[in-house]
Amino acid sequence: MLNVSIYRYNPEVDAEPYMQDFEFDTQGKDLMVLDVLEKLKIQDPSLVFRRSCREGVCGSDGVNISGKNGLACITPLSECVKGDKLVVRPLPGLPVIRDLVIDMSQFYAQYEKIQPYMINNSPPPAIERLQSPEERKKLDGLYECILCACCSTACPSFWWNPEKFIGPSGLLQAYRFLADSRDTATEERLANLDDPFSVFRCHGIMNCVQVCPKGLNPTKAIGHIRNMLIRGTA
Amino acid sequence: MMSFFARFAFTGPSNWKIQRITSILMAVYLFFIVGYLMTNPALTYDQWSELNSLLPMRVFTLLVVAAVAFHAWIGMRCVFTDYITVRLIGPKANGLRNTLQLGLAFMLLCYLLWTIKILWGL
Repeated sequence: MLNVSIYRYNPEVDAEPYMQDFEFDTQGKDLMVLDVLEKLKIQDPSLVFRRSCREGVCGSDGVNISGKNGLACITPLSECVKGDKLVVRPLPGLPVIRDLVIDMSQFYAQYEKIQPYMINNSPPPAIERLQSPEERKKLDGLYECILCACCSTACPSFWWNPEKFIGPSGLLQAYRFLADSRDTATEERLANLDDPFSVFRCHGIMNCVQVCPKGLNPTKAIGHIRNMLIRGTA
Repeated sequence: MMSFFARFAFTGPSNWKIQRITSILMAVYLFFIVGYLMTNPALTYDQWSELNSLLPMRVFTLLVVAAVAFHAWIGMRCVFTDYITVRLIGPKANGLRNTLQLGLAFMLLCYLLWTIKILWGL
């Protein structure tokens, strides 16, 4: 039997959050954490969590699993159960709406700040803006981000200054557009990041890299942005 | 809202450069002093006094103390703005942080003036 401990908090009923323990029979299968949550929800329909695609693409079910942020749908029990205990909490650092559901407004506000879209005011060519294979290759490891917030909510700098520090996810996306040969707003983008907090609050502890369920490297992208800012060049 | 002292802070890239340049200065000074002490095991007060009376040595020492001051200012300001925030400790944070930064600035300025007084015997 698996002992599952889940963070519960319903602000309409509970004075404060608490951990609720469940017994769960895995029947010897190496299930994903999301499978366990789904089955526990049948036992207790009041349990609330986000989920959608259940295959690591939508980024909805980011939770803290036995101390490490990850996507419940692609984290097998064999990777996260310690002894016979599984502990599931909401992603840390952002306000809890209910149980495992967090308010991601601050996360999205930072994402919005970096203007996550192509800026190119030159007249579009007849068919499309072309890139060489080398230019396109620069976007690998950047465009795959699914905005699950596992990285930013694992980052102490983001916990402490979520209004000022863009956070690893936002900065990875910022570099995705800085590195894009078709984007012409490099100077404007860098000017928006040129302050002591937006980029430079990253102290390179690499929690973001450790938890990213897509295996991306925000610290490396932040290093590139930092170098661009220091050199003052595009 | 940016605190009173935040407006006097350097920008991100200049902070970053200052931290690296001052680190190099401090490291060079440390290697020099340790090297000097190791190559002069029977150091007398006169020798030590003579070394520190040389103008280049005085300027070097003053530069390094200034480097320590800048390095500490940027580093401690970073610590203060990470940990002493309204989010973490409530509304008293801004006042406390400004007081600590003012105290730090005063302390570092005193160190600089004290260093000049020691080196030039003013």
